This record gives sequence, C-alpha cells and structure tokens, in this order.
Amino acid sequence: MLQINRLKRTFNNNQAGFQNINFTVDKGEIIGILGTSGCGKSTLLRVLSGLDPNYEGKISSQEGKDTIGMMFQEPRLLPWLTVKDNISFGLEKEERKSNKYQTYLDLVGLTGFDHHYPKDLSGGMAQRTAIARALITDPEVLLLDEPFSALDAFTKMQLQDLLLSIWQKKQTTMLLVTHDIDEALYLCDRIFILKGQPGEVFAEVTVEKPKPRTRGDAYLSKQKAHILNLLNVEKKAAGDER
Amino acid sequence: MISETQKWKAGERTTVTKLSTKKPLFRRGRGFVLGSILPIVLLIAWELAAKAGLLAPHLLPAPSVILEKVISMYRDGSLFGHVSITLTRVFLGFAIGTGAAVVIGAVVGYAKTAEQLLDPLFQAVRSIPSLAWVPLFILWMGIGEPSKISLIAVGVFFPVYLNIVAGIQGVDRKLIEVGKIYQLSPFQLTKRIILPAALPSFITGMRSGLGLGWMFVVAAELMGASEGLGYLLVVGQNTYSPDTVIASILLFALLGKVTDAILKYIEYRSLKWQDSLSNQA
Repeated sequence: MLQINRLKRTFNNNQAGFQNINFTVDKGEIIGILGTSGCGKSTLLRVLSGLDPNYEGKISSQEGKDTIGMMFQEPRLLPWLTVKDNISFGLEKEERKSNKYQTYLDLVGLTGFDHHYPKDLSGGMAQRTAIARALITDPEVLLLDEPFSALDAFTKMQLQDLLLSIWQKKQTTMLLVTHDIDEALYLCDRIFILKGQPGEVFAEVTVEKPKPRTRGDAYLSKQKAHILNLLNVEKKAAGDER
Repeated sequence: MISETQKWKAGERTTVTKLSTKKPLFRRGRGFVLGSILPIVLLIAWELAAKAGLLAPHLLPAPSVILEKVISMYRDGSLFGHVSITLTRVFLGFAIGTGAAVVIGAVVGYAKTAEQLLDPLFQAVRSIPSLAWVPLFILWMGIGEPSKISLIAVGVFFPVYLNIVAGIQGVDRKLIEVGKIYQLSPFQLTKRIILPAALPSFITGMRSGLGLGWMFVVAAELMGASEGLGYLLVVGQNTYSPDTVIASILLFALLGKVTDAILKYIEYRSLKWQDSLSNQA
C-alpha cells in the first residue's frame, strides 16, 4: 500500500541523511527501520510524514494519499489542552466536541484522566496520550519515531504490548524507527537495517515468528545475533578501508 | 490489570487535585497578611509623627487629613468624575494600544518578511522617550481627548508588541510540527497552536503595558486637562494643598494595583496549565 522509490534526502554536502531507499509496505505490516544514530532514519520518517518536502524520489500509495499518524520520541502534547482535548486534537471541529475520545482513552488505559493537563502526567502516561492522539484519526499508516526510547524499561515493555494489542484490533500499518534491536524483533514483520552516512538499506531481515512473540525467545535471540553481526561486519570493513 | 492500576491511580490523582485547590487560597491569605504588615506600620508611624508635630502639615499632612480630603471629594461628587475620566482614558488607550500591538505583533512574529520590513522602524521609534511625543500630539490633535488617548496608546503599544513578537517567535517548533502532521492551514495553526503557546508572554506584555498606561495618563493629564486625577495633582500644586496631591497619588496607586490585580487574575485563570513554579501544588 506504500511504495518508496529511490528516495533521497541529504544534508551537509551529502554527509548526512539517506539515499537510494526502495521498499514496499503491505497493508497491516509492521516495518522496522533499524540503525545507529546519524544514518537518517528519523529524516526518513520526516519525509514520509510530509514534514520535510525537500526530497528526491517517489512516494506512492494505492489509494492516492494515505492518511498518516505520527508519534515522536517525545509525547509533544499541547500543554494548554487537557488529555481529552489533546487526544481529540486531530479531529474535525464537530467531532472534537463529541465523545469519540473516550474509546481511545480507554484503549490506552487512561480512563478517568480526561481533564488532567500534561504537566500532571508521568512520561509513560503522556506517551499513552500521544498514542491515542495518533490513532483517533484512524490513519492508514502510523509512523513511529523512536516512540519509546525515552521511557524506562518497564514502561517501554508495557507500551510495546499496548501497541501490539492495538495492532491486533485495528491492523494498522506501522513504520517503526528504532535503535533498539529487541524492540524491532518483538514488534516487526520485516526490519530494514540502515548503514552509512548518508544511510542506505544495508540488509533486510524478515521475522517469521507470528505475533505476539515471547521476549527472549531462542529464534529472536538468533536473529538478534545475526543483526548485531550485520552491524559489526560493516564496522570492521569500514575500519579496514581506513 | 493495567487498566485497574490506572483507575486506582486516577482516583488518587483527583484527591490530590482537590487538596491543591485549597492550598493556594490559604497561601494567598497568608501572603496578603504578610504584605500588609509594613504599609500598616508605616501609616501608623506617619500618623503619630504628624500628630506629634514632627512633620510640617503644609508639606506632609497626616494620613487622616488626606483621608478626610478623599471623603469630602467623594461627598461633593467630584471624586467620581475625576476617577472615571482617568479610568476611561487609560482603558481606551490600553485597548487601542493592545489591539494594534496584537495585529502588528502577530504579523511581524509570524512572517519573516514583515519582520524585516517593520521591525527596524518600530525598534527605532521605540527608543524615542515617549514623553517627547507630547508636544507633537498636542500640535496635531489639540489638548482634547484624542491627544491624551494616543499618548497612552503609544505607551501601551511597545511592551505588548515586543512580548507578542518574542512569544510567537519562541513557540516550540516541535509543537508546530504536530499541527503540520494534521495538515492545519496557516490560520488554524495560528489559532490552535501559535496563539495559545504565545499567551503567557502576551499577558506579561499586557501587564507591563498597563503599568506604562498609568504612567502616561499622568503625563497626559499634567499637560493640560480640566478633569482627572492628573489634573488634581496640578490643582493641588497650584493651590498649595499637599493633601490633594497625596490623595491623588494614593488613588493612582490604588487604581493601578486594582487593574493589575484583574490582569493577574486573568493570567492565573488562563495559564493554569503551565508547569511553572507558581503553579506548584
């Protein structure tokens, strides 16, 4: 449902960003984009979300323009709106006054927090609110830019499970940028590994195991070793060239 | 399991909020008492010193004499006339100055071209001491109301303008991106993200603008008026009655404080969401 052809966006005389990215995403897939910092993975999401219009290449989707939801590393809630109004932010004026938010408030486990301001929320609760805000417009593609990287280990696992349960209910197509290999293996159907500056797709790893998966599963551990190996081999090669 | 914990947490949160609404009231009461101690002590000392003959009554009359003066002006009805005309001038000047600052400040803050075009001029005009406008305004508009209100409006304009521009330019890019994800139009983006985010500095600007408004109404009324608190100052000086002068100074202080308290209350009500030191529970 989403096709990306020879996509390129670079900065600083081709020293940063990404280039030559090609892939296709099917409906209901969760795609992981994995890479060390500075390989252009966040830039890729900014281009796909339309925040950065200065790219080369082609982004196409089957039904014309896909509606897009996005979650950032920080919750980015509007501090002057209550949890309820933050969740309803992306809706049209009439719907904003309706009770539509309630379903999503319950879905992310924040029942009863409707009238709290973001300053009264913990990091995990704020990010739950952001998930609800991204989902309420029913986007066809959900873009996630390291959404859990600022959270503690326990909250992170809870929210990964939450995301998975939402996916099971709604079959939302997701693109997850992360630098956490375990997270990618736990959630994604396919993982693209970006390397280099500017970043290019260096390898594609398919995770065959059906979801939900068990953390620390033997198959996942093997895949993790494989990915680590991929990342390291490249590092050695780069070292040899010098 | 998760949702149960959350519900329990929600219950706990609400009780915390209920408690915290009581706390500021108590604190404000305490602050009010603490803040009144020094003025009251000074007033008593002043009264006693005047009664003991330590202060010359033709230079600094006792507080009770000044109070009598205010009461007598209230009885003959002249107090209301002076106060209302001064308040009207400040209010009109404040409204015009703030209105102009909001429109121009929003444009300058939002559009780079408008900033490059207009801001240098405003910065240059701002550095003119505002009292220097007085003779020009009198030449242009006479000594009637228009010149006075224009002077006040000019005084109010600059602090509001500067704060609005700074507020808009300081809006977090990350929040604007949230609006762009939902494809808001420039107008919606301004209304739903930029203006609310700039509100705190806008209110700061209004408060300092109001302070300047009071300063300028005195200047405007000193330069030629037949009514108003500033006019009372002139009358007091010319008729050698310090009680009139001090009475109008005190009335200025009172009115300034009351109008600022109104703005401060609006600030408190509309900025409850801020995660700031003053909002701590």
